[in-house]
Amino acid sequence: MEELDVEPAITNIPAASDGKHLGFAWGPGDILAYETLYMAPGMCAKGSGCSFIHEVRKDEDIYSPILRKLFNESHHIFVGLQTIREDLPSKNKKTQFVSISKNYRSVIRACMEELQQVAASVLVLQVSILLAIELIWNLCEVLFIDAAPAGPLLLHLLDWVRLHKGDVDEKAREVLQSESPAEHHDYWDVVVSYVLQGRFEEARQMLVKQATLQPAARNMYKLMDTLLSKMPFYNPGGTQTLTEFDVKWRHWHEEVDRCLQDNSFASNQHLEIICKILVGDEDTLLEHKELLSTWYHFLVTRLLFCHPTVKPTELHYYAQSCMTMFLDLRSVPEPLDSILLAAFEFDIHQVIKDCSIALNNWWFVAHLTDLLDHCKLLQSHNLHFGSNLREFLLLEYASGLFTHHSLWQLAVDYFDNCPEFGHVYLELQIERVPLDTERKALKVLRICEQRQMSEQVRSICKIMAMRALRNNRLGSALSWSIRAKDAAFATLISERFLQDYCARGTFSDLDLIDNLGPAMLLSDRLTFLVKYREFHKLYEENRFSEAAKLLLSLITAKIAPRSFWMTLLTDALPLLEQKEVSHSAHCALHCGFGHDLCFILQ
Amino acid sequence: MCRTDRVPTAGILWLALVVIMFVARSIAADHKDLIHDVSYDFHGRRMATCSSDQSVKVWDRSENGEWHCTASWKTHSGSVWRVTWAHPEFGQVLASCSFDRTAAVWEEIVGESNDKQRGLSHWIKRTTLVDSRTSVTDVKFAPKHMGLMLTTCSADGVVRIYEAPDVMNLSQWSLQHEISCKLSCSCISWNPSSSRAHPPMFAVGSDDSNVTYGGKVQIYEYNENTRKYAKAETLMTVTDAVHDIAFAPNLGRSFHVLAIATKDVRIFKLVPMRSDRKESTSTGPTKLEVQIVAQFDNHNSQVWRVSWNITSTLLASSGDDGCVRLWKANYMDNWKCTGILKGDGSPLTSSSGQPTAMSTIVGSSVQTSQNALNGMSAGRYFFPPLDPPRAGTRYGHLLPPSSLIEHCDAEPIQPQQALPYRLSSRALLPLPEAEGQ
Repeated sequence: MEELDVEPAITNIPAASDGKHLGFAWGPGDILAYETLYMAPGMCAKGSGCSFIHEVRKDEDIYSPILRKLFNESHHIFVGLQTIREDLPSKNKKTQFVSISKNYRSVIRACMEELQQVAASVLVLQVSILLAIELIWNLCEVLFIDAAPAGPLLLHLLDWVRLHKGDVDEKAREVLQSESPAEHHDYWDVVVSYVLQGRFEEARQMLVKQATLQPAARNMYKLMDTLLSKMPFYNPGGTQTLTEFDVKWRHWHEEVDRCLQDNSFASNQHLEIICKILVGDEDTLLEHKELLSTWYHFLVTRLLFCHPTVKPTELHYYAQSCMTMFLDLRSVPEPLDSILLAAFEFDIHQVIKDCSIALNNWWFVAHLTDLLDHCKLLQSHNLHFGSNLREFLLLEYASGLFTHHSLWQLAVDYFDNCPEFGHVYLELQIERVPLDTERKALKVLRICEQRQMSEQVRSICKIMAMRALRNNRLGSALSWSIRAKDAAFATLISERFLQDYCARGTFSDLDLIDNLGPAMLLSDRLTFLVKYREFHKLYEENRFSEAAKLLLSLITAKIAPRSFWMTLLTDALPLLEQKEVSHSAHCALHCGFGHDLCFILQ
Repeated sequence: MCRTDRVPTAGILWLALVVIMFVARSIAADHKDLIHDVSYDFHGRRMATCSSDQSVKVWDRSENGEWHCTASWKTHSGSVWRVTWAHPEFGQVLASCSFDRTAAVWEEIVGESNDKQRGLSHWIKRTTLVDSRTSVTDVKFAPKHMGLMLTTCSADGVVRIYEAPDVMNLSQWSLQHEISCKLSCSCISWNPSSSRAHPPMFAVGSDDSNVTYGGKVQIYEYNENTRKYAKAETLMTVTDAVHDIAFAPNLGRSFHVLAIATKDVRIFKLVPMRSDRKESTSTGPTKLEVQIVAQFDNHNSQVWRVSWNITSTLLASSGDDGCVRLWKANYMDNWKCTGILKGDGSPLTSSSGQPTAMSTIVGSSVQTSQNALNGMSAGRYFFPPLDPPRAGTRYGHLLPPSSLIEHCDAEPIQPQQALPYRLSSRALLPLPEAEGQ
């Protein structure tokens, strides 16, 4: 078992450290901490009254507005990835996975560019973290997702280094824009940097400027130009086999070596250096640490000039040795170094583990792991928990999103794609979303309804109904309790409506009551309320006969609350005097009251 | 590094071990004595605090995240130990328990609109539960699917379960169950599972320090047939005083997870044993198989509080080392400390103890972002800039000048002189022993 673990991070709280306790309370996205003193029973303590409560937060990334864009856009890519069909031929799938990986990276890039524009000092850390993330992701894409074989592998690695070592272009522009580029103090740095990155076209164009300045050395420059132009690069689209390429490359390499042996460039120190680089001389390469700046640039350059047909399985050997050679004996590898090294060793789990520890950010590990899992790369390690790992990380990421007032909606799709615990996590999290407005409540409700989360649907409606009732908004309370199918509460609210009617003689929320439809059957009292209101409407419209019939049925059906009988009877009186009311209804009303009711009347 | 000889299938056992946090803001609670409990409401928009100053305060979070005290009132005639919120399905309801031997239920009433404008709310006492003869040590609402039920436990060793049959009338509470636990009770926790497969269940802990009295955690389960709670299990291995206890959210699992604060932090798994269907005529409670999942003595001595986060991925505990420790399981159910909150020995001092109910917000948004930065740089895993900062390089201008980095490392909040705290041996209300007989 591997237990090279890290010590927990300590967060300092501005509170007493000695003899006191730290109380706490979990919040949705934070912890409240406060000074207190816990005691065994019978003891009693007096404390100071000026205590503070400290709100302790994590996941500060979520609160950065620019990173919010990262979360939003990567969410689309994530959802798209989940819909890639299992039955696609694996070759098509690989192309899709690579393009999804590139989409993720372009979102990171876009975010970085936006952060650059803001250029606020506090964001510098985020930029450097995003840079690191993109660098790692790109390498994982080359090694794991694209899984380039010997030959194309080096080309991809060259692209990787070029993309992340963009300062050459800046410097080249500066040199070229100067009055006399060939005499610029950075001129040779640019040429050598181009050569180190295998950008020979650009290097040759720069060299032409020097050659025209030194007509005497024309032949020497011409020779260098030939060497550079003749260096073979593997063409993955071509018909050439890897062996043929290897033979051709060796031939070129011997030619460069010969030039070095017969001192062709001895009279020009710069060209001599370039020639030594071309032949892959380690000492010369290491003399240019400044221009290489990282051990992995050194690695790729070394592979370019010494082992252009390196196989994926050999990478770890070169990576390890390049790192050792490049880093000083004294300096300890940074977490980033270890992560890249683990990638070169094809140890996916180590990469994910180190990243989760180093980044304090679930975004990267969750999305990368999900993609690798879709590529079926986690299972290949013979681990039983490949998909568990994916789900574990997605759950953590989505739970973090849920603490944010608008990002929580993204989290829903992540939970939906976690087969084991996604649903129960969603249940636990979504009921905690503050229902600030009716609109927000409806939004949450829709999500729950779509997923048949009946208990959450009921609870949300109940909360809203209770809140409306407390604020005396009876109509809203009634419609929420109907949605909750809460008969007891609907009865209670109907009663309040009737009480209000008795007190004021008018109904509120007529629109709602008149249009309830079959929903009125939820409770007897509600049915009565609706029917009673219907009676009033008929009466107002002078449809006395129908009104009388309805009133009669209300009385005989015995769904009226006892406290309301008196009101009903009073309502009946004018009807009894109406000539329009048919004789039969008249009689019925009389009879319907029954003896006891008539008794009350008299 | 042992990287080369590592077996590739060892895989990762630990993920995200480091929870880097920062103090976003500090709120002057303005209690005149020790705070004993702070409790968030269900949606995390409100909190309630209670104190030895016999009062409860309610705080509301505004749009910009700041806390404002909207109510503060005297609740009891002794120290208030715990305060807790009912589920919002039942409205805005609080319960508190106290050294004064009572528990009380409070309801917020929607007041005049000008009160709202002034940022004040009204809470009225709906009931006082006076059945206990000794200090009421804990108060908890039962899971909402059981209706509006309140549970108290007290130093006299009795757990009481009250019910409000009419949720619109909180002045009526009936004592439904009175369960004698024989030992002085310190804490209770309801099993939150609403699954039909799990009858209502709670755990009660005792802080009786006499180890010869046996197990200090008892599990009770409701029996449909007898309509009574019966003891399902006593955790015999927990013989030291227990100060707090917490069931984890169930997550749809068949078993239950229980965290216990005693002389260490313990996590137990309670697995209901499948009873034989043919024998199910017997009315005995479910047999539970008790498994210990984790045990940590990092707090050095007594542990006083344990509590789970919403999805039970993190357990927090507070102990005699003065720290709050956060525990996390990886997906293979291995537990580990992932974060520590620790007093730095320089408590903030209140701004001249003004009798204002409004909170004093320490830490502006600027400080917040600086703290965030500190949190990051304090972590050991800071990435070095990939490109050396060089003027005119592609990303060079993004890196801060060194002066700025130093500036950011400065203390975000200037700590002031630590206040000496006083520990008074004077007991508040010595309870007559005879009364309990």
